[in-house]
Amino acid sequence: MLVEGKNISFSYDGFSLALRDVAIKIEKGEFLVILGANGAGKSTLVKHFNALLPLEQGELRVAQIDLRDEKDIWLLRRLCGMVFQNPDNQFVSSTVEEDIAFGLENYEAPRDEIPERVRAALALVEMGGYEKRAPDTLSGGQKQRVALAGVLALEPEIIIFDEATAMLDPSGRQEVLAIMDKLHKAGKTIIAITHYVEEAVAADKVILMQKGRILACGSPEAILTDLDLMKAAELLPPLPVRLYHDLRQAGVHLKNCPLTNEELVKEIWQLKSKT
Amino acid sequence: MAIKVENLSYSYEQPFGEKVGALKNVSFSIKAGDFAGVMGHTGCGKTTLLQLLAGLRLPTGGRVYVNGEEINAKGYDRSGLRQRIGVVFQYPEYQLFATTVEKDVAFGLKHSGLSRQEVIARVQWALETMGFDFAKVRNQSPLALSGGEKRRVAIAGVLARKPEILIFDEPVAGLDPHGRENFLRFVKEMNQAGTTIIMASHNMEALAGYTKHLLVLEEGRLIDSGATREVFLRLQQRNNWAFGQTKAQRIATLLAEGNLALSPAVVTYDDLLSALKRELTGGGKG
Ligand SMILES: Nc1ncnc2c1ncn2[C@@H]1O[C@H](COP(=O)(O)OP(=O)(O)OP(=O)(O)O)[C@@H](O)[C@H]1O
Ligand SMILES: Nc1ncnc2c1ncn2[C@@H]1O[C@H](COP(=O)(O)OP(=O)(O)OP(=O)(O)O)[C@@H](O)[C@H]1O
Ligand SMILES: [Mg+2]
Ligand SMILES: [Mg+2]
Repeated sequence: MLVEGKNISFSYDGFSLALRDVAIKIEKGEFLVILGANGAGKSTLVKHFNALLPLEQGELRVAQIDLRDEKDIWLLRRLCGMVFQNPDNQFVSSTVEEDIAFGLENYEAPRDEIPERVRAALALVEMGGYEKRAPDTLSGGQKQRVALAGVLALEPEIIIFDEATAMLDPSGRQEVLAIMDKLHKAGKTIIAITHYVEEAVAADKVILMQKGRILACGSPEAILTDLDLMKAAELLPPLPVRLYHDLRQAGVHLKNCPLTNEELVKEIWQLKSKT
Repeated sequence: MAIKVENLSYSYEQPFGEKVGALKNVSFSIKAGDFAGVMGHTGCGKTTLLQLLAGLRLPTGGRVYVNGEEINAKGYDRSGLRQRIGVVFQYPEYQLFATTVEKDVAFGLKHSGLSRQEVIARVQWALETMGFDFAKVRNQSPLALSGGEKRRVAIAGVLARKPEILIFDEPVAGLDPHGRENFLRFVKEMNQAGTTIIMASHNMEALAGYTKHLLVLEEGRLIDSGATREVFLRLQQRNNWAFGQTKAQRIATLLAEGNLALSPAVVTYDDLLSALKRELTGGGKG
């Protein structure tokens, strides 16, 4: 197990709980998506994985490092990169290229490799040409891309994306999903938080959080097609699932509940060819 | 309030004299009471345009008229304009600064002439509209909130002022699915009650389902505009523009590729559902 934790509780104010008795297991190389309403505790949970928040209660080990010990924090930060929910919280330098290089220097990347890794990371997010720009002069989506590049350049083993696609246009979002998929195939462990439920369809595992608890954990099929569960988590299922149920209400019965557009279209053709 | 824009251009000055042309010769008008959407790729100029409409930047070319008056003309009452326009920025978290959520939302009502009781009632209304439990959230620090919660407080701060024009820059980014629907439904009600709304968004469902008119930008130019449904259908005809399609449109396209063309043409989820109901119950009869 790469990440293994139990009985994790956390409070920001010593009064109300942002995490309640959370147990979590993530395997190496897994692609995990965390869904949940605003304030459910998603960001709070993932900030425990790289010790951005202290482990107050419970047990947590990430890559054999015990989070109750604070001495290995730097090792952990190097292992576990995070794209923040708000990209401005991530920028520290006055130009885009310095910002990415700064992260690499902190990671003690070999000096002579740095320019090439900066270039490659910016190319990957299609922000080549913006090297000399100040991060605060970028558009919302451009900021998000550069923030992403800053983490990708470090090539961490575990990459956490906290709503890293929220400000991107639909094609940009597709590109970032493709990057996640590529990293996943290359053996990296991916943890993604999103409010776009479709982005969970390709995951190995989906976690639903609600009010600081983990409400459910399982395959996308098991979680995203379960109307009652999604409702309990205050979420909406993907469009094909909604359509399947709305059609049923109108007396149209597709054979299986589809999760993707392709599956939906197949179900519709199948029914159509019978009528 | 009506807005008209003539040959509007904007370029950003860079430190070494280099210029970034963000908006190029854009002209359009928005009628009072309209709900206009602004669509386009990352970096196409949406935020720049909204800031110009709100009088927050001076155009480098062209003119902006509100109710027939040019807002950058000498002697125009721009601070009066700011009272009547509400803007929710793309990262509205930065609009938050007071020590409690209640004070933050009340800040914009300082010069409203409302009594203390009225201010509290208005703040409560705005926060409840954005899905908060007023008693629970009023004394919290805005900094002690999740990303989506901060955003909802920032929106509440603008709604509380009940401006005549509401300008939203990516308001649904970071909102959870129910928060998104509730917000959009509420904005639609405001619009039906007469508020002019302008909303930039990457959320095609939000644009297709709620706006009346659309402006489409590409690299700073206005490449299409018109009634929302028509614009969505036109964008579908463009090659290499996978962008600007709703999920329902993509499904309809897949079906059409397999020789199941739905009519009338599908743009929204409701279009798709009713077309499929017709198609799959009794072989396409009405
Ligand atoms: N810095 C903080 N201080 C105090 N309370 C906080 C802080 N950050 C978050 N909280 C509270 O902890 C709870 C969980 O917040 P968290 O940021 O983990 O939610 P989230 O699931 O990431 O939500 P979102 O989708 O809005 O980003 C919320 O009730 C929030 O108000
Ligand atoms: N202060 C600035 N200095 C220089 N260039 C800028 C500045 N602000 C924005 N730009 C550039 O102007 C162009 C338009 O930016 P704008 O923020 O209007 O885009 P946008 O359509 O809102 O994009 P997004 O969808 O990513 O928010 C972009 O190429 C951006 O990099
Ligand atoms: Mg969060
Ligand atoms: Mg923008």
